Amino acid sequence: MAVLTDRPAATPARRHQRAARTLATRFLGYATLVFFGLVFLYPFVIQIGNALKTEPDAAANPLSPFPDPLTVAGFERIFAGTNFPLWLGNSLLVTVLVTIGRVFFDSLAGYALARLRFRGRGGLFAAVIAVMAVPGVVLLIPKFLVLNQLGLYNSYAGLVVPLLADAAGVFIMKQFFESIPVSVEEAARIDGASIFRTFWSVVLPMAKPALITLTILSFQGSWNEFPHSLVSVQDPDLFTLPRGLADLVSGSLGKGTQYPLKLGAALLATIPVAIIFVVFQRYFVRDANDGSDKG
Amino acid sequence: MATETLTAVATADGPRRRRGGIRSNENLAGWLFVAPVIVILGLFLLLPILMALWVSLTDWNGQGSPFTGDVPFVGGHNYTQLSTEDGLARRDFMTSIRNNIYYVAIVVPAQTVLALGLALVVNNRMLKGKSFFRSAFYFPSVTSSVAISVVFLFLFANSGAVNALLGVVGIDGPEWFADSRGVLHLLFGAVGVDSPPAALADGGPFGLTWWDWLAGPSVAMISIITLVVWTTSGTFMLMFLAGLQNVPVTLDEASTLDGASRWQRFRYVTLPMIRPTTFLVLTLGMIGSWQVFDQVYVMSQGDPAKTTLTPAYLSYRTAFRDFDYGSGAAISFVLFLIIIVLTLIQRRALAERDTDRPRRGWRRRRVPERS
Repeated sequence: MAVLTDRPAATPARRHQRAARTLATRFLGYATLVFFGLVFLYPFVIQIGNALKTEPDAAANPLSPFPDPLTVAGFERIFAGTNFPLWLGNSLLVTVLVTIGRVFFDSLAGYALARLRFRGRGGLFAAVIAVMAVPGVVLLIPKFLVLNQLGLYNSYAGLVVPLLADAAGVFIMKQFFESIPVSVEEAARIDGASIFRTFWSVVLPMAKPALITLTILSFQGSWNEFPHSLVSVQDPDLFTLPRGLADLVSGSLGKGTQYPLKLGAALLATIPVAIIFVVFQRYFVRDANDGSDKG
Repeated sequence: MATETLTAVATADGPRRRRGGIRSNENLAGWLFVAPVIVILGLFLLLPILMALWVSLTDWNGQGSPFTGDVPFVGGHNYTQLSTEDGLARRDFMTSIRNNIYYVAIVVPAQTVLALGLALVVNNRMLKGKSFFRSAFYFPSVTSSVAISVVFLFLFANSGAVNALLGVVGIDGPEWFADSRGVLHLLFGAVGVDSPPAALADGGPFGLTWWDWLAGPSVAMISIITLVVWTTSGTFMLMFLAGLQNVPVTLDEASTLDGASRWQRFRYVTLPMIRPTTFLVLTLGMIGSWQVFDQVYVMSQGDPAKTTLTPAYLSYRTAFRDFDYGSGAAISFVLFLIIIVLTLIQRRALAERDTDRPRRGWRRRRVPERS
């Protein structure tokens, strides 16, 4: 506590001491970063390494990232021995449709809630907020019931249609539209453009950052979506990647652990999201920051 | 801040454009614009919840439609089976509640402390290359829960990486996914209490003995807990980071000049300043932790000895494996209730915080679960 009075007349010795402390802090900081960097990334390194190993090698040296011998037999068996290509196709189809649907429908609704004055708007927005709080896992049985009742169970429609809009996306778009100055739209409307035309050719182009964020979130969300496919389809021909992968590990492979194959399949399922993450990182980070900052 | 100004401008501009017949036009357009979202969310979210509420009052077995007169109506029986009637249904449900309580009790503090620690390091002004590490820590949160569970199945396999690592320091690792022993039971065992003392052997609440309630998370559950803490910490780290960046640097400097030690600065300056964020992380963590499903489905399916059973997974299993949809739906609603209560607590607290510091109010969840 005597530091305060000492500070103005810092002696060289004291300055040395402080420099040493800074150095030590820095060293400790980097050590922590590297340690946790390993904790968070090494599992992926192990995954890649072991996907390229033989089964005995993977069992004997699980920690080593270096395959000995290196083999792509696991990947060959993924494509020859499982329905992987089919799951991949289904996942692509579902992801593309869901992403397009969400971006379009969510921005339409977000725009209306932000800008258009219609009766019931306040109530609708409150409903959107309420819906965001409904936890996905309690919807498993309900979703199955309604799909079953509507005759959509076990169909592509059942996989896609329920995911075509989401409350969180509507919310993101509404918040963004509210931040755009209204004057440009006014000019367009005065020039006689219809509401949809104004939205489509004037407002949407200005909303690019939000649209990119929403596209990425929808892509990531629907690519990784698992519980919904669990309760909407049963037919193996309609499995998406996560569903197929889950099926693979829960024993459809028959005997043996076959870790190189499973890790390889999981790796292939991770790659698209990983690429998008690396390319569009700042949108991911911003999304998570938004969540906290705006509470 | 820029956006706040813009919003202010937008609302100030608002009234001016309410002119002429545009308004009735907007009324129709407004409803047309929101119609697709209303139809989809109404049809696949609200309606199904009502349907499930009905089914939870019946004994529907999955055959035919649950909305005909043939389906036996049982009233609240599915709910009493879970709470007051002794039997397998209640024992399984209470076991799943017990498991999830221990899961929450470890996951929430662990991920919060880890996330805060990572955020503090990444926020350190003296270090370079932080953005790389920030991305590295966050990356697991964006990957597929199923794919990541597959990786952790391998890491925690009997001859997997974790046991290999434990072997390096001379520990003989357990058979993670076959080990149903509770961690607390193991601790009791270590101090010589191997079997339940007479006082705990029977007669606990809700059909489980006190000894069962006090089992702690099983060894198998620990591996799932590890996975979840590992995947979610990154998201929460980013939240803490945003909170930390709101702490004025001058405040930190002033307290340094006042002679506060690093720990004092953290304890008496930083922590109080980020209290709202901490609260957000804790409640979001709790809400997410009651929804754990994907990992259980892929890694353990509730085994061994039902020690990784969670309410979310139990409701799925009861409905889709045992074809007892009524009971499964009832479990869902009890879980729903738990989560809603947690959400309300969170929103109330956030509303209080927002009146202190007005901001655009919303949150997104990318916690272990999604909708």
